[in-house]
Amino acid sequence: MTTPNLVEQLTTKAGLVSATVRCVASMDEAMAYVADVCVGKEACQILASGCDAPLSGTAEALCETKQDKIICAPEMPEDAMAALSAQCAERGVKLITSGMRSYLGGIDIGLTMAAAGIAETGTVVVRSTNEEVRLASMIAEIHIAVLPASAIVADSYALEPRLVEWMGQPDFTAFVTGPSRTADIERVLALGVHGPLELHILILEDK
Amino acid sequence: MQDATTLKEYRKQLREALENDFQRQALDNFAVAYRTSRANAFADIDAPELIAEIAAAKDESIGRLEELFQEFKRHAEAAGTKVHLAATAHEANEIIARIGKENNVKTIVKSKSMTAEETHLNDHLEAQGFEVTETDLGEWIIQLRHEGPTHMVMPAIHLSRYQVADLFSEVTHKQQDVDIQKLVKVARRELRPKFCQADMGISGANFAIAATGTIGLITNEGNGRLTTTLPRVHVALAGVDKLMPTLHDALRIIRCLPKNATGQAITSYVTWITGTVPCEPSPGGTKVKHVVFLDNGRLAMARDPEFKQVLRCIRCGACANVCPIYRLVGGHKYGHIYIGAIGLVATYFFHGREKAKNLVQNCLNCGACKAVCAAGIDLPTLIKEVHARIQDEEGHPLYSTAVGQVLKNRKLFHTMLKSARLLQKPVTGGTPYLRHLPMFLFKDQDFRALPAVADEAFRDKWERIKPRVADAKLKVALFSGCVQDFVYPEQMEAAVAVIASKQGVAMEYPMGQSCCGLPLQMMGEKQAGRELAAHNMNAIDAQDFDYIVTMCASCASYLKHGYKRLFADDPAMAYKAAQFAHRVIDFSSFVRDVLGIADESFTGPSKKVTYHAPCHLCRGLGVTEAPRALLGEAGLEYVPAAEEDVCCGFGGTFSVKFPELSRELLGKKLANLKATGATAMATDCPGCIMQIRGGFEAEKTPFEVRHVAEYLAERLKHK
Repeated sequence: MTTPNLVEQLTTKAGLVSATVRCVASMDEAMAYVADVCVGKEACQILASGCDAPLSGTAEALCETKQDKIICAPEMPEDAMAALSAQCAERGVKLITSGMRSYLGGIDIGLTMAAAGIAETGTVVVRSTNEEVRLASMIAEIHIAVLPASAIVADSYALEPRLVEWMGQPDFTAFVTGPSRTADIERVLALGVHGPLELHILILEDK
Repeated sequence: MQDATTLKEYRKQLREALENDFQRQALDNFAVAYRTSRANAFADIDAPELIAEIAAAKDESIGRLEELFQEFKRHAEAAGTKVHLAATAHEANEIIARIGKENNVKTIVKSKSMTAEETHLNDHLEAQGFEVTETDLGEWIIQLRHEGPTHMVMPAIHLSRYQVADLFSEVTHKQQDVDIQKLVKVARRELRPKFCQADMGISGANFAIAATGTIGLITNEGNGRLTTTLPRVHVALAGVDKLMPTLHDALRIIRCLPKNATGQAITSYVTWITGTVPCEPSPGGTKVKHVVFLDNGRLAMARDPEFKQVLRCIRCGACANVCPIYRLVGGHKYGHIYIGAIGLVATYFFHGREKAKNLVQNCLNCGACKAVCAAGIDLPTLIKEVHARIQDEEGHPLYSTAVGQVLKNRKLFHTMLKSARLLQKPVTGGTPYLRHLPMFLFKDQDFRALPAVADEAFRDKWERIKPRVADAKLKVALFSGCVQDFVYPEQMEAAVAVIASKQGVAMEYPMGQSCCGLPLQMMGEKQAGRELAAHNMNAIDAQDFDYIVTMCASCASYLKHGYKRLFADDPAMAYKAAQFAHRVIDFSSFVRDVLGIADESFTGPSKKVTYHAPCHLCRGLGVTEAPRALLGEAGLEYVPAAEEDVCCGFGGTFSVKFPELSRELLGKKLANLKATGATAMATDCPGCIMQIRGGFEAEKTPFEVRHVAEYLAERLKHK
């Protein structure tokens, strides 16, 4: 059982690494949040990831590949998909669950379910053996992970038995802590290098 | 990439590096910021305990790498990964090139791998017609500049935003703004097509978990994830030392590595990949995956009792972060491929004697690297050991052999010191400094005034000043070291006065004692050092004393830790060395912790005194409180200085060999001391006093620099 302490700790630690954390009471509320974020973001946020800079021909051509606002939500539970489809239809957002290889220039939001959370470091653990999940969480400008409160553990050691079990077959699992970052130029922090510019964690309260 | 063929040429390169103002400022800022961020990151964790656990676990793995390799291979291959073991760097490069050809690969994206730097993989692949793009931002920048990394974690720390903007303008054929946030986004956009088009991705691996055949990667930018996901072929290249039995071993290292590297709690991404995962463009929709383990001497090193420690390294780069020399000259001059203290050692093994022979001499032996190492590697000792091995292989320089011969013969050495007293008369001008040195003998030494040999050595005064104690409760042998015996006997006399203020302490000054031998270790004269140590252990019969007290932090640390190491392979002498070492104690700890001398013993007006923590006291012996507390007990106002525990740049023979570096370090030290507002400084080491006092004297700044013992002695109530 998750104690409120773990939720609090994860929220604090994730906040320290520039992740946005929200507690949501239901999957419907979570999906409404996702749609809000998508609609509220810049029409072509790919701008924020480099279009305003003068680029070489090849890099500029990437802009042509992205016209609509897109959410990719692979391997989400049925109730989430029902709620999200309704939201997207109503608000004119394109929703996909596969075919990420056609959108490598960028999508607006990659939505994934987190298998676990690690309170000590503010980490979400995303099982992404499915290539669509992997790409959605890497290519998207904003990665949103839904994390059931009950899946939060104190530290990485507490998750060890489950990780070992997953590693019993071909597997790709990621600890994700905040958005993609670098300090390679003059040690100045910059978010959104090759991965998402933002990470949002939606902690889904236990029923 | 340090590639000088002679020490002279290397020193020229160092002087050039010292003129790189941007790099100096960047590394200074980082060194200061790193201290705080590391301390914050470890605030809730017992760092020494975690480090000890990592060291123990790595040692266990190092003992059975071949077995772990077989176990990894079995599990990885069951999950579809092909596993290779390359004996040499060339073989690893060939295996990877062959995988490329077999899979009809044209373009390759790479995420950061120090192992690939070690094997010069990019050069090899490019020569065979592959197009290789580094995707870590720092690595991409240095690839475009055709240079090597200057830090293991921050490869482009030596470059400014202006240099990057110019470089990116060239790459994009468009003028780029000098704005770091924008430049990062330019890299994002320019590199994205490279990821999309690449046929093969090459990554390193921070962990190779034998129990499941899993590799673990820790990254921040997300390029590691794209490199291992988008292309249809993935090859991971890792040293065999990255093999570990279980996931727990990796999780333990993750608790330490990012914190120790940059003060980050955890990296943005930790990626665990087991076997072959789905990949749309791959044949059959499943990734073609290979893991190449590089031996390149590691398996042999694992059997070397002294050097197997090197394989504990988790590549966090912390040993560079805290190294005073790295901070001055940067990674291109402080490593070949591997950088920092571990680089000085690893270069000898992975890139050979020619590349290592100048580098290994460039070490102060200040121990900052050892104190911060995530795996508890005794780096300063290994650096000296590499130096000794190179001298054994190449032949010892004439001066080095000569010094060895002199130092191990006490009578000859002391006669020479006494003759120096007479010969120096024309150059002292009646002052305690050597004023008119023939400069061809002491080139580049003008940044500090060198002290003259005292009129009468401590050993010659001893019978006159020796306190007579009737009923002794404690029997103490004094070990003076050469500097206090012949240059600063007043420091010894002060110490004797302070100790004598406590009833019942009988002091002896065993006349047979000579140099502790540390200078010989610094010069790579191991055999002469052993003979000298044996001589001292013979001169001072340890069993006859409760304590062996020394006023010199360097002597104390070397007597306590160095002697045991020297005789590790000689059981009879090792026993004797342990008996000896057990009794060795530094002056401040002896006075405060053993004698319990406190405020009631002292009198006199207060004044501000700052402190310099000698490397061999604060790190060598772990003594930090006693001297500072004693200043307070004596009624003095201790004023902390910035970077009190950073080396003053003396380092014994180091300051003679690399005066240009010694000068810079001393300059920083003097500035920090002056900034306290005090005009007096205490410390526990005559070598530091020689350096710091000489520095103030050379720049004509009035500043009192004395041994803690002297401050205590002048304030004793009962003299």
